[in-house]
Amino acid sequence: MRLQISTQLAIFAVLELSAREGQQLSVADIGAKYGVSSHHLAKVMHVMGRAGLVRSVRGAGGGYQFAGNARRTTLLDVVQLFEDANSAEPDGGAGDATPEGQALRQVLSEIDDIARATLGSITIATMRKLVDRRATDNGRQPKAARGLAAAKNAV
Amino acid sequence: MATAKKKRVSKADAEVRVRRVRASDMANVIALDAHITKLPKPDYWTDVLRRYGRQRLHERFFLVAEDRTERTNPRLLGFIIGEVRAWEFGSTPCGWVFALSVDPDARLQGSGRALLDAISAEFKKAGVSKMRTMVERNTILQMLFFRGEGMMAGPYLQLEKDLD
Repeated sequence: MRLQISTQLAIFAVLELSAREGQQLSVADIGAKYGVSSHHLAKVMHVMGRAGLVRSVRGAGGGYQFAGNARRTTLLDVVQLFEDANSAEPDGGAGDATPEGQALRQVLSEIDDIARATLGSITIATMRKLVDRRATDNGRQPKAARGLAAAKNAV
Repeated sequence: MATAKKKRVSKADAEVRVRRVRASDMANVIALDAHITKLPKPDYWTDVLRRYGRQRLHERFFLVAEDRTERTNPRLLGFIIGEVRAWEFGSTPCGWVFALSVDPDARLQGSGRALLDAISAEFKKAGVSKMRTMVERNTILQMLFFRGEGMMAGPYLQLEKDLD
C-alpha cells in the first residue's frame, strides 16, 4: 500500500505535534526534518486545520498545535482527509458488470477492508509508542527530538 | 505529564488485583459475558472452567481481575483466558488469548491492561516469547485496545468459507 505524499506529511506532522502537547511547531521546522517545502506542508496543515486536527497559533513563535485527542484520533482519521479510503465500489469501469470484474472487485474489497481496519485501529498515541520503540531499538534518542533539533539548527 | 501518567498507572495497579479464577467467580463471569454478548451460555462457561481453570494449569490460564479496594466480596472487573499452544498451523509454541472481557462500567481504569500484563507474565513463565489473539476487525474498541498494548498483525491470515 502506498500513501500520497500529502498523506504521509500529514501523519508525520500530527506525530510531531502530538509529541509536544501545548507547544507549537512551524511548518518550516517540520518541513526541514522531512525534507519538504513549507509551501507543500502549509497546504497539508490547512486541510488538517479545517478538520480540527491541528490549530494555528499566530504571532512570534507561532506555528501549529495538535488539537485532537491522541488516544482517540486514528491513522484513518488523518488518511481519509487526503485519500479515498472507502471500500472499492463499482464505478462503471470496464468489465465491472462481468463475473470477472465482480470477482476482482471482491478481492480488492478484501484488501481495502483490511487496510481500513488496520488504519482505523491505530491511534496517534499508539503510533507514538511505535516511533519511540523504533528509536529505542535504533539505540538513539527519539527521532522526533533528534530530527527537529537538527532542523532548528539548520534554520 | 510524566507525573500524571505515573500516578494513573500506580492507581490502576493499586486498585486491580489479578488472580486465578475460582468456582465462586463463575456466576459473575457468566453474568458479565451475558451482559456483553447478550447471549447467556452457562454450560459453555462451566466447561471452560473445567478445562482452563482446573487442568494443565502450567499452560492454561483463566485469570480474573477484581477491585482490590473492596475488602469484602470484591467486584469482578473482568477476566482473560489463554493457553500455550504448540504446532498449530505450523507455529512454534506461543501464548494464545482467546477471551478478554471487562465490565463496561470498569473500562478505561487499567483492568484490561492488568489482565493482559498478568497473562503475558504467565506465558513468559511457561517459556514462550510470543502472544497472539484474534479480533473481529470491525470491533473497534477491542482493536484499539490490543493495538495500544503493542500488538501488531502477525504472519497468519484467517480464512473461511461458507459450507454449502
